[in-house]
Amino acid sequence: MKTPASTAPLQPAAPEILPPRKTKQLAGWLVLIAVLIVCSIRTKVTPYQLITGLPQMGSLLREMFPPDWSYLPTIWAPMMETVQIAILGTTLGGLLAIPVALLSASNLQVSRWISLPCRMILNLVRTIPDLLFAAIFVAVFGIGPFAGMLALVFFSFGIIAKLTFEAIEAIDPGPLEAMTAVGANRMQIIRFGVVPQALPYFMSYLLYTFEVNIRAAAVLGLVGAGGIGLLLDRALGLFRYDRASIIILLTLVIVLVIDYGSTIIRRKLL
Amino acid sequence: MIEFDNVSKVYPNGTVGLRNINLTIKEGELVVIVGLSGAGKSTFLRSINRLTDISSGEIRVNGKSVTHAAGSQLRHIRRDIGMIFQSFNLIKRSTVVRNVLSGRVGYHSTLRTMLGWFPKEDVALSLDALQRVNIREKAYVRADQLSGGQQQRVSIARALAQEASVILADEPVASLDPLTTRQVMDDLQRINREMNITTVINLHFIDLAREYATRIIGLRAGEVVFDGTPAEATDEAFAEIYGRPALQDELLGGA
Ligand SMILES: Nc1ncnc2c1ncn2[C@@H]1O[C@H](COP(=O)(O)OP(=O)(O)OP(=O)(O)O)[C@@H](O)[C@H]1O
Ligand SMILES: [Mg+2]
Repeated sequence: MKTPASTAPLQPAAPEILPPRKTKQLAGWLVLIAVLIVCSIRTKVTPYQLITGLPQMGSLLREMFPPDWSYLPTIWAPMMETVQIAILGTTLGGLLAIPVALLSASNLQVSRWISLPCRMILNLVRTIPDLLFAAIFVAVFGIGPFAGMLALVFFSFGIIAKLTFEAIEAIDPGPLEAMTAVGANRMQIIRFGVVPQALPYFMSYLLYTFEVNIRAAAVLGLVGAGGIGLLLDRALGLFRYDRASIIILLTLVIVLVIDYGSTIIRRKLL
Repeated sequence: MIEFDNVSKVYPNGTVGLRNINLTIKEGELVVIVGLSGAGKSTFLRSINRLTDISSGEIRVNGKSVTHAAGSQLRHIRRDIGMIFQSFNLIKRSTVVRNVLSGRVGYHSTLRTMLGWFPKEDVALSLDALQRVNIREKAYVRADQLSGGQQQRVSIARALAQEASVILADEPVASLDPLTTRQVMDDLQRINREMNITTVINLHFIDLAREYATRIIGLRAGEVVFDGTPAEATDEAFAEIYGRPALQDELLGGA
């Protein structure tokens, strides 16, 4: 047990910690600047373009104002469709994520033959961007909100499953052990040991993904996957910038309202 | 009744946890296990409900082999053994009564417990258990709002709700202050006496061991080096168990 403090051996002297070298920092900055310059030259993305583009930016902004308020009733339905796509996509993706997150977590004694493939699927899904999913599903199921919804299901599934399985791996193992000692089976251990600890995190990730999905759903229409993006695409194609601006404004308001609400709920959860 | 037959435990890294243990703990005993840190006290306790597997020998609880049980058989044996941990291991975000009810899951179907539907009798049983450890009024408070001593009493109530015939407690008072320590030890002793529940407690306070135990077992490097009544557990006997005289911090004091 505890040794009296007076006889405790002294810690071996720790190696002296030196402040980082200034030259190293300087070298780091120089490398960063060099990389920026090389990238800028190779892609021909230079401040020059920004300056020559500015006048056009001005004229575009002038055309955007005043927004075409009379267009508002027309875009309300597609906007709601966008929100509905996001709700469905997030919810279904989140539901799919639950079993996969549980099977991926390394602290729930799932056989490696199951947990490793699950984690591989997760990593694979997460490398594919939402717009690519949308483009694929538009090709398979045709133009419309179904393809967009499906894209968000996969996209949400990837995010939520990954974050949740990491949250599960970080839970306190004590209650799991207590439930094992009580004679609970695997499902009961999960229900009483894991779920109460991981649920607030899962809900928080679900809401966070919903926020991301609202924004994603707004541009899905660009590849034909339904929602408000379709109208934005059309307005831009017809050079109706006054209409484009009202679409952007409405999207902004909806996104802000949802972000605000979800942030408040998330703060309460954790 | 708990029987150890030639029980040994060697951890995968070669550390010896238990060395050839043969003993019987009879129904209704209150056994306190003492020994230095690393002597094998936790290994001893955790092998009884098989949170730790032993390497050789056999352990039987109420005549049933823990060592050879598997699946639902093992779960039914565990259902009969309540366990109390140093860190309480409650579900912090759930209410006290939910925590106590979780001791009942072994009695119900998976489906029923998934839905969290416990019969009325279970709720009554849980409230009764809370009454026994004097925190009935905290039943609907969230577990993380209780003090350490109260949380430990909730975990005792969970073991009672299990209707366990054996209670194992691994350093149940190590994270409590001296006053709460006595309350929790009093609770364990009262339950042991009133309900005749066989109780095995790991402790590192010598005076507590003498005060509460009906039998003291001393472990040293995984071996039983002392097994006797509190009266036989003299200072010399403790010096033998520890390999040196007892230190001041091994006494709780204020008895
Ligand atoms: N999982 C493990 N793997 C390897 N060795 C272990 C493991 N658990 C315990 N041991 C070792 O087995 C021996 C007995 O450990 P045990 O935890 O039973 O001791 P203890 O008497 O409970 O000590 P303490 O008073 O510190 O809790 C120690 O030497 C310990 O280092
Ligand atoms: Mg221990």
